[in-house]
Amino acid sequence: MHNTKTQDTLVGLFVASGIAALFYMAMQVSNLGSYTGGETYTIIAQFQNSGGLKIKSPVSVAGVRIGRVSSIRLDKDSHESIVEMQIESQYNNLPDDSGASIYTAGLLGEQYVSIDPGPGISGEFLKDRSKIDNVSSAIILEEMIGKFLMNKADSK
Amino acid sequence: MFQLFESLGQSTRESFAKLGRSSLFLLNTLAGVPDTMTRPTLLVKQLFSVGVLSFLIITISGLFVGMVLGLQGFYTLSDFGAEESLGVMVAASLVRELGPVVSALLFAGRAGSALTAEIGLMKATEQLSGMEMMAVDPIKRIISPRFLAGFISTPLLAALFSTIGVNGGHMVGVGMLGVDDGAFWAQMQASIDFQQDIINGVIKSIVFGFVVSWIALFEGYDTIPTAEGVSRATTRTVVNSAFAVLGLDFILTALMFGDI
Repeated sequence: MHNTKTQDTLVGLFVASGIAALFYMAMQVSNLGSYTGGETYTIIAQFQNSGGLKIKSPVSVAGVRIGRVSSIRLDKDSHESIVEMQIESQYNNLPDDSGASIYTAGLLGEQYVSIDPGPGISGEFLKDRSKIDNVSSAIILEEMIGKFLMNKADSK
Repeated sequence: MFQLFESLGQSTRESFAKLGRSSLFLLNTLAGVPDTMTRPTLLVKQLFSVGVLSFLIITISGLFVGMVLGLQGFYTLSDFGAEESLGVMVAASLVRELGPVVSALLFAGRAGSALTAEIGLMKATEQLSGMEMMAVDPIKRIISPRFLAGFISTPLLAALFSTIGVNGGHMVGVGMLGVDDGAFWAQMQASIDFQQDIINGVIKSIVFGFVVSWIALFEGYDTIPTAEGVSRATTRTVVNSAFAVLGLDFILTALMFGDI
């Protein structure tokens, strides 16, 4: 039917294409293509409410992703949410008076942390494990709708 | 009444005996795998008949499954104005579930049944006993290379299935229905996690390849050596493989994605 040589070649092609498919899935389909295994540093922000923020949610400045959320936990004393973010080390010049807010991508999209670089009055930059003080919490859609309806009812 | 209990007891005993035989068979097969490594020509031949010959059915099925996902997903998602998430939907369902499961089912139908029939006929025509007479271990010579070939090919076939499926979905979604090309890939890459989705999908297909090859080879080896016996064994291979794959898929999914 087939002589051994073409058979060997076909098997080789098959295995190569299978491995190429795996590679393609890793690079094109998954987030591995945009993954940077480089050095990171951690910054912390304390939000009143971190809403639908999840671990691995993006952290961005001016719409460019510079890191990811690495942990979210509740502060027992203040009952607020403590969010730790890993920022790529190349972005080590964020002023220490920068603000952090939680926004939603689109109306119903996933939530992400946006860092707004401050004026940098002190000239210092955010370092590993430094804390952002100027924060604004997630906008909870239900809460807003609730308030809006209440206002409507009150004004009548 | 008494007969009912008798037959119940007998069938229970038989199914346990079969489980025992299949476990021993698996152990012997695995013990023969290192010997197969030293004789790559046997393995290559089986990779050809198990893997290369399944290539066409897997790629064509993958293409159509991806295209249908693109079409159906678009109509559902467009109700919510979320057509841009089509890429995520197509890729997630292919990489996590459909790729490993459908390719394992197709593999059982295309290659598993052929393996069972081949080995069953070898047994019916007493080729296996003939080998033993010549002091050739039929498990090492016949079974182990086929097992290894099945084990190697399924993850590769599943990866091909998913890859081609994603591109089929892209073809329909972006090419025909006008979803934005950039959003299709960007949202997909943002949502599909390498470890969580791709690696787990590959693990699934490895498990399925192991189980389907095991079932197919054991049914062939354990067949009643008659024409009817071989035909029944072939049927059992396809049916049992489908059960095993779908059942294991549920368990694996619950383990992998259960608590995120």
